[in-house]
Amino acid sequence: MASVSIDSIRKNYGPTSVLRGVSLSIADGEFLTLLGPSGCGKSTLLRILAGLEVQDAGSVSIGERAVDGLRPKRRDVAMVFQSYALYPHMTVASNMTLPLRMRRLSAFQRLPLLGRLLPGTARIAAEIDVEVTRTAKSLGIGHLLARKPGQLSGGQRQRVAVGRAMVRHPAVFLMDEPLSNLDAKLRVQMRAEIKELHQRLGVTFVYVTHDQAEAMTLSDCVAVMLDGELLQVAPPQDIYADPDDRRVAEFIGSPKINMLDGVVRERDLIDVAGSTLTIEADALAGAHLTLGIRPEAFHLVDHGGQGALTGSVRMIEHMGSDLFVHLDLAGVDHPLIARLLAERAPHIAPGQTLHVGVRPDRVLLFARNGRRLRREVETGRASVRPIREIAR
Amino acid sequence: MSEPRALCGSSDQPSATGGVRTFRSPVSPARRRAFTETLAAWALAGPAVFFLFVLFFMPVIGVFVIALTDWQFGARSLSFVGLANFREVFADVGFRASVVNTVVYVLIVVPGTVVFGLLIALLIESGKSCRSFYRAIHFLPFMATLTAMAIAWEALLHPTIGLVNQTLAAIGLPTANWLRDENTALPVLAVIGIWQNLGYAMVLFLAGLKSIPQDLYDAADVDGADLWLDRLRTVTLPMLGPVSMFVVIVVALRAFECFDTVKVLTQGGPGHATDVLLYTLYRESFEYLRTGYGAAVAVVFLVIVVTLTLVQTRVMDRKVHYQ
Repeated sequence: MASVSIDSIRKNYGPTSVLRGVSLSIADGEFLTLLGPSGCGKSTLLRILAGLEVQDAGSVSIGERAVDGLRPKRRDVAMVFQSYALYPHMTVASNMTLPLRMRRLSAFQRLPLLGRLLPGTARIAAEIDVEVTRTAKSLGIGHLLARKPGQLSGGQRQRVAVGRAMVRHPAVFLMDEPLSNLDAKLRVQMRAEIKELHQRLGVTFVYVTHDQAEAMTLSDCVAVMLDGELLQVAPPQDIYADPDDRRVAEFIGSPKINMLDGVVRERDLIDVAGSTLTIEADALAGAHLTLGIRPEAFHLVDHGGQGALTGSVRMIEHMGSDLFVHLDLAGVDHPLIARLLAERAPHIAPGQTLHVGVRPDRVLLFARNGRRLRREVETGRASVRPIREIAR
Repeated sequence: MSEPRALCGSSDQPSATGGVRTFRSPVSPARRRAFTETLAAWALAGPAVFFLFVLFFMPVIGVFVIALTDWQFGARSLSFVGLANFREVFADVGFRASVVNTVVYVLIVVPGTVVFGLLIALLIESGKSCRSFYRAIHFLPFMATLTAMAIAWEALLHPTIGLVNQTLAAIGLPTANWLRDENTALPVLAVIGIWQNLGYAMVLFLAGLKSIPQDLYDAADVDGADLWLDRLRTVTLPMLGPVSMFVVIVVALRAFECFDTVKVLTQGGPGHATDVLLYTLYRESFEYLRTGYGAAVAVVFLVIVVTLTLVQTRVMDRKVHYQ
């Protein structure tokens, strides 16, 4: 078990900058997810952590020990790859024994025929077999040990890959999108198994994914990456409800958060899409900002006017208990999506004019550069930090 | 609700008189479709089947038939002699020598080509500079006409003015009359065979190396198999299995077909030292005009090659297929 500390990592591929000074610290036993879209540098960061790539600048420490320049073998990490990377010519048992054989047997003891005759080989090999069988049984793949990867299903292969990583009790588990090759149902099942595995082993997990559902359900902490930078590192609920950056808010959540351009009329009033919302924003009148409103922050109201948005219904998606209502607002080029309880919105039809109210405390304000304009809660009353730097 | 109607084919429609179904045509649409498909299949495969039969199977059958006669090339008459040609072939010291020589030649050329081809492919793949140049120069011998190259080799191996002997003499090593000494003639021909096939094996191995997923090497690194030999044994060699099987079979077949260099350089000599099967076949059939005997040699050659290929495929298939 070990903590992991990443300090100002930079990595370039030719002129392309993949990681731009990423710093991150992961507590001992924590489950941290690196979340971001394809090409954001999350897998590169994981490979640098594993020692499969060398960073251009910065340093990595695992358990207080700087591991820069150490080969993967010496870092005490295990990795589960997206493709599982099982050796197709070896049986499941051989796949799982390999990491132990490489560590415990000398180069001579590993020789094909001669190795078996050397003293100690048989005893060590027997110990390894016992450990592998025990690990395989704990993962429910004990009966598959004699098979080759080609004869296994996707889920079984995934378990073997996890078993191969588990068998030598590494200090840190690295997982590179391990569920992305599975079908939706199996993915949910394996997600639960990985979470359980983390709880059982209690070691540090670093998990890379582009799937926000995986990140939100599995992690103690989510690190959102974009364009080679860490935008926010926080527990899943904070990433969703309290994002630091407009890009984080837009990346997390399905359907996507609604982004509306607003202009501050006066201290507590913001003009948005032909309506005026009462939101405390201590900004100069005329300041432009963006309002981020999650679909579930809306509720139906009977009348338009201050505090409500009015639009015509373009489309309705029925999701069982909820409805996703797409509304065309005046002066807004993309539809607003509101998530309404089905039982409270029984008679909505396309073309109808609808008024939706917004809870002011659920509105996230972003400056034009994308930074969050955070409200500070003081003495039970919401107030807004001065945001006079906002460009007019 | 209306009664469901037959979905396709007019012959399936119920008749207007009563509920009993009658069929206007004796051939059902399914059958007609199957017939059309069969016709189309034969029309497409027909030309290939025809030429395969005329150019491949008929000559093979012809060889089998001729092997049972005493036909001489150009003769107007022949008579069936049964298995006499085969009895003669197996009793012939020269033939036995040519079988042994061919086997020895194959046993040198196949491992030599595979090992050196793989080595060169690994070297080229491990470096980054001049890859195409190295690929090209190693592949050139395979592209060149072997007869012309054999003449060049003859000049190189000339006992007095050849570059090989002059170089050996210059650095104080013993020289030899490479192609006229019965101890060296066959190995020298085998070396030329390796030189010729090397590029082909190399190109196939390079393609095989490219198709090994990087993930496997990464997994090997993380698992601790990060030394050159460990990586080779854990990932590279096993993953090259299918390519190696193909290389071994193709190179073995090409080695069995060794003819050009023998014809140009040694004519089977000295003595029977470089007599190989195909050269014996050629000499008996077209120089001595004993076509019946030659055909018997061809049959034996065919049986050996087909058997070896089948055995190789069966044995290696079991070891190299992962799915």
